[in-house]
Amino acid sequence: MNQEELNNRLSEIKDKLINIEQTMDSRIFLLCEAENSFTVSKFLFEDLSLRFVIATGIDSEDCFEILYHFSNDETGCFVTVKAFIRDRENPSIESITPLITAAEWIEREIHDILGIEIKNHPNMRRLILADDWPEGVYPLRKDFKR
Amino acid sequence: MKKSVNKPILAVGPFHPLQEEMEYFQLTVDGEIVTDIDVRISYNHRGIERLSETLQFDQVPFLVSRVCGICSASHPLAYVQAVEEIGGINPPERALYVRSIINELERIHSHLLWVGLAGHFIGYDTVFMWAWKYREPVLDLLEEITGNRNNYGNVKVGGCREDVSDDAIPRIQKDLDEVEKKTEMLTKAVLDDPIIHARLKGVGVLTKESAVKYAVAGPTARGSGIDIDVRRDDPYAAYADLDWKVITQTEGDVFAKAVVRLLEVLESVKMIRQAVKKLPKGPIAIEVKEIPPGEGCGRAEAPRGETFHYVRSDGGNRPIRHKIRAPSYVNVPSFRVSCIGQHIADVTLTLAAVDPCYSCTERLAVVDGCKNIVHDYEALLRLSREKTARIKKEIGSPEFKLEDF
Repeated sequence: MNQEELNNRLSEIKDKLINIEQTMDSRIFLLCEAENSFTVSKFLFEDLSLRFVIATGIDSEDCFEILYHFSNDETGCFVTVKAFIRDRENPSIESITPLITAAEWIEREIHDILGIEIKNHPNMRRLILADDWPEGVYPLRKDFKR
Repeated sequence: MKKSVNKPILAVGPFHPLQEEMEYFQLTVDGEIVTDIDVRISYNHRGIERLSETLQFDQVPFLVSRVCGICSASHPLAYVQAVEEIGGINPPERALYVRSIINELERIHSHLLWVGLAGHFIGYDTVFMWAWKYREPVLDLLEEITGNRNNYGNVKVGGCREDVSDDAIPRIQKDLDEVEKKTEMLTKAVLDDPIIHARLKGVGVLTKESAVKYAVAGPTARGSGIDIDVRRDDPYAAYADLDWKVITQTEGDVFAKAVVRLLEVLESVKMIRQAVKKLPKGPIAIEVKEIPPGEGCGRAEAPRGETFHYVRSDGGNRPIRHKIRAPSYVNVPSFRVSCIGQHIADVTLTLAAVDPCYSCTERLAVVDGCKNIVHDYEALLRLSREKTARIKKEIGSPEFKLEDF
């Protein structure tokens, strides 16, 4: 799938997105609300056959962001789904692991370090934090004190 | 089931804090066959992503080169490329070539290290000693160029710190000739040896479908017929100017991964030769004053696969978020499919075929479903070697000697 086809196909899910940002030819960001992230990721993985690279969890003060990075290896283009979780008190997002096995670890990691509930994750155990780490303390949140 | 295996985990005992990448694999077996595998990681989590937020953009490469001693050129390069993407910085051409040379030297030494270890696991200690001997001059070359055998600290935002001097070029060429000759010999030894065929073929198969599902990277993906390589797909450094090919195999077993790595060493030699020959004149770095707000994705093909770095800047002098994904993070979970159904004797090798760090395979405990028998690393190594010896006996082949080649 070349760049033009990719751009055309991406317009199919426009109604699920807030915006499409293209910073460079080979870097596309799809901004969406958390409730649509599963549908958008599913579209990228199943319909466009993009490769899942990793997800990044970010605490950006007024909300949480989860970035799902996908790669189109034919053109070297990164398509990143940027999902905003507005509820800071009870942050949660739908798991993509049932769809993409490769996301299992990173979703567990995001749960560990940012305290975001990953809904319908098949194996939600601690991955990064030690067994004796206190509950409810999330080391990558901005308000975490060392 | 889970409860009954808790005790033996403790019995495996000490984790050596001096070794990097500690991981723990817990296998459930039925007789000789593995029926389940559980992986635990993060025994020595260093919080590098968080630490990175406390450092200035220019200090971070020194930190991320310590993510992994062996991939200490790939990680800083991926990071630096992400930052250069944010700032729209184009390093001078000579710097791009120097980056390629160092990254390919890194690949050669890492792959040779793996070949040696794989030989060790199946009881071919001659392969182990020879492969590591050939690796030595490569490390010396890296020391000659960057001043360090590992943790080169050579790449920075806007270029490189140390140049490939004209005096070093004849030595590089001479040493490359030697590495090429020896690797060809090793490749021939592996491809022609009936025992290695019998021992490695059909072992630890990762099918193409599973490889897609687990989104594996690098030689693990290429050994399963997935034709991906960041150096070609999203060219960085000087790779677009060099003539080389991506090595793939379709079988997905340990043998296929070994072939991919050995042939890649030869491709790397080819690339460095061209890069040294074409090395443009000029400066190796430009001055970078500020990093504007923004976000960038950088990636590099490390010896084990794609290394990915995401960096976000708010216009200050430090990254506000820096995400690192090393290739083993996606390769290791694929053990779930490649190990289940295998004999215990093949597990060390299957785990090693992905080339996680050496220490990973040392943390193996095998838990027998009903008896709670625990095999440690030594026992597994012995099982693996005994199988090779059995195959040798069956085939009736004489003792394998590298000197014969």
